[in-house]
Amino acid sequence: MRILVVEDDLEAQRYLVNGLKEAGHVVDEAADGDTGLTLALSRPYDCAIIDRMLPKMDGLQVVAEMREHGNLMPVLFLSALSEVDDRVKGLKAGGDDYLTKPYAFVELIARIDALMRRRAPASVKTKLSVGELELDLLTRAATRSAQDIDLQPREFRLLEYLMRHAGQVVTRTMLLESVWEYHFDPQTNVIDVHISRLRAKIDKGFEAPLLHTIRGAGYMIRAAK
Amino acid sequence: MPRNNTNWRWAERVLHTQAFRITLIFVFFYAVSATALIGFTYWNAQRAVDAQTDETIDAEVGGLREQYQRTGVIGLSDVINARVAQHNSGLYYLQSPTGGVLAGNLLGLPDSAKLSGRYVEFEYQVSQQGATVNRTARGQAFFLPGGFLLLVARDISDQKLTRKFFSTTIPWSAGLMLLFGVGGGLLMSRNFLRRLDAITRTSSEIVAGDFSRRVPVTGSHDEMDSLAENLNIMLERTERLMKGMREVVDSVAHDLRTPLNRLRNRLEEMQRRMASDDPHQDDIEATIAETDRLIATFNALLLIAEADSGMTRGSMAPLDLSAIVADVADLYAPLAEEKEITLEVAPSGVLTVEGNRSLVSQALANLIDNAIKYSQAGGHITVSATETPLSINLTVADTGPGIPVAERARVLERFVRLEKSRNSPGTGLGLSLVAAVARMHDAKLILGDNNPGLKATVSFPRALGRKQIQLAPAKELLLPSP
Repeated sequence: MRILVVEDDLEAQRYLVNGLKEAGHVVDEAADGDTGLTLALSRPYDCAIIDRMLPKMDGLQVVAEMREHGNLMPVLFLSALSEVDDRVKGLKAGGDDYLTKPYAFVELIARIDALMRRRAPASVKTKLSVGELELDLLTRAATRSAQDIDLQPREFRLLEYLMRHAGQVVTRTMLLESVWEYHFDPQTNVIDVHISRLRAKIDKGFEAPLLHTIRGAGYMIRAAK
Repeated sequence: MPRNNTNWRWAERVLHTQAFRITLIFVFFYAVSATALIGFTYWNAQRAVDAQTDETIDAEVGGLREQYQRTGVIGLSDVINARVAQHNSGLYYLQSPTGGVLAGNLLGLPDSAKLSGRYVEFEYQVSQQGATVNRTARGQAFFLPGGFLLLVARDISDQKLTRKFFSTTIPWSAGLMLLFGVGGGLLMSRNFLRRLDAITRTSSEIVAGDFSRRVPVTGSHDEMDSLAENLNIMLERTERLMKGMREVVDSVAHDLRTPLNRLRNRLEEMQRRMASDDPHQDDIEATIAETDRLIATFNALLLIAEADSGMTRGSMAPLDLSAIVADVADLYAPLAEEKEITLEVAPSGVLTVEGNRSLVSQALANLIDNAIKYSQAGGHITVSATETPLSINLTVADTGPGIPVAERARVLERFVRLEKSRNSPGTGLGLSLVAAVARMHDAKLILGDNNPGLKATVSFPRALGRKQIQLAPAKELLLPSP
């Protein structure tokens, strides 16, 4: 995938570019808003990672101009600013996701993977399936190997999110943000407990587990090979 | 009848203004003292006029006595008859010891004049152009040697008329004075209220987060204007301070997050490049975890600063506290269950407060997190949103060890807590953040006893209280319909 990185802190930029390249992406970089915008408008990218505060042109403005030119590539904002209102501003300006510095690299990778996946035209699915696990979005019913699984509403949403991102790493923060819509760190790892309950419902009694813990990153649901 | 209602409210507010009360008190004292002054002047003038009348009569009496001594009763009668003929205001009556009228222009002796030696006022009748008219006189009756009774008096009807005129004018003028006073008071109060309302409206808008608002200055250069100008200068400064605060928080955030970001990046890069069986892997992992704790503490401190600086005021919206309780409790329910703690949500209807969803949720999450952390297996936690006439309360009550009364105030202080919690998990800023979120919402964090356990309550002032500040539109107040 082709990714544009706009970051003025050269050390952070180098690290980002190296990390993304190691992960198998093709990366272009810019150190200021002007260059970033020019690159964004002149070459096709699958995704852009843009710092909030940039010389010459602010990150918010870069994205706003991109959107004005009809450029719809997914954008993830990186910000070292204080939090509460800033996220809202970033998303209003046309950003698709928002990550506060300092961040864990796995978190960043998981998020841009999710962003680029989202970009693919989402066919209106009424059923999600991973292996023999099926989720009917209309009847709100879950089955595995034709066995009914009884899910609480929140568990259903959790499973739905995981299945929509099947084969991808989903971090705890991503789950907290999309399933619970919370943007704070709930000191204790409450998400782990929710996951282990869900796991007990969908994997217990089956030979091959579908819900996997990715150490140091998060979770992934995938069909057994 | 909303219009009538508005008028009533307006009237009630005007009557309760300081300006109206001051005017009323002033008018009252003015009316009393003016009446007293006029009354005194009138009384004094009356006395002077009476004294003059009395003096004239005294002189006349003296002359008549002398006449009597010199010429006897015949001479006296002649003199009296002569004076009567002159048609001045003198009144005379001379009676013989047997009761016969000897001279004078009075038909009889008035009853009140029979006591001799004192000045008396009496009524008498005069026929004037065919009609009998009552008139008033003042005079003295006395006995002459030889048993003759003489009455000498003067007509004082004109004076009496003046007196009557005065005594009816005084109450009327006092009444008018009061009426004008009340009218003036209403007018002044209305003006006063209008300008005060403008200030109140502005300040409530500022409380709601719009720091760019200013109090209107009318340009009349009076004391209200100088108050408004001073308020505006103060607001200007506050706005500048708030902006400065925001800039400081932002640049502290930026300047510390950038190196922290590099630090974490480098550690992760090192970890990635290391063979997975390298003995230093664990060290690096521990260092990353330590960095994350540092970041979490920093973020919590920053959030407290943000909440305290009022920077987040702009992001307030109506929130249903019972929905927040249900959502956050839902997040923590499995964790409580895993620790064999009952997490109960007390049912409640929709309870709306003005607030920041994320921060209020986080505050509640911190309270529940603490409750779970400090509860033993078998413990019970109740989360509820309740309302009282004055407040809407968010309460988390546990059956854990609680906090001793003496420590309750201390645990809310940021750095004291930070010091204390060095050895316990978490940032230790949980309660401080709850307190900061409460302050930002004009709410109070109250740590009470659950007997046993801790009962933490965030008490939001009722939306009602705030509505009272938000006054009706100016037009409605300023134009009371007649």
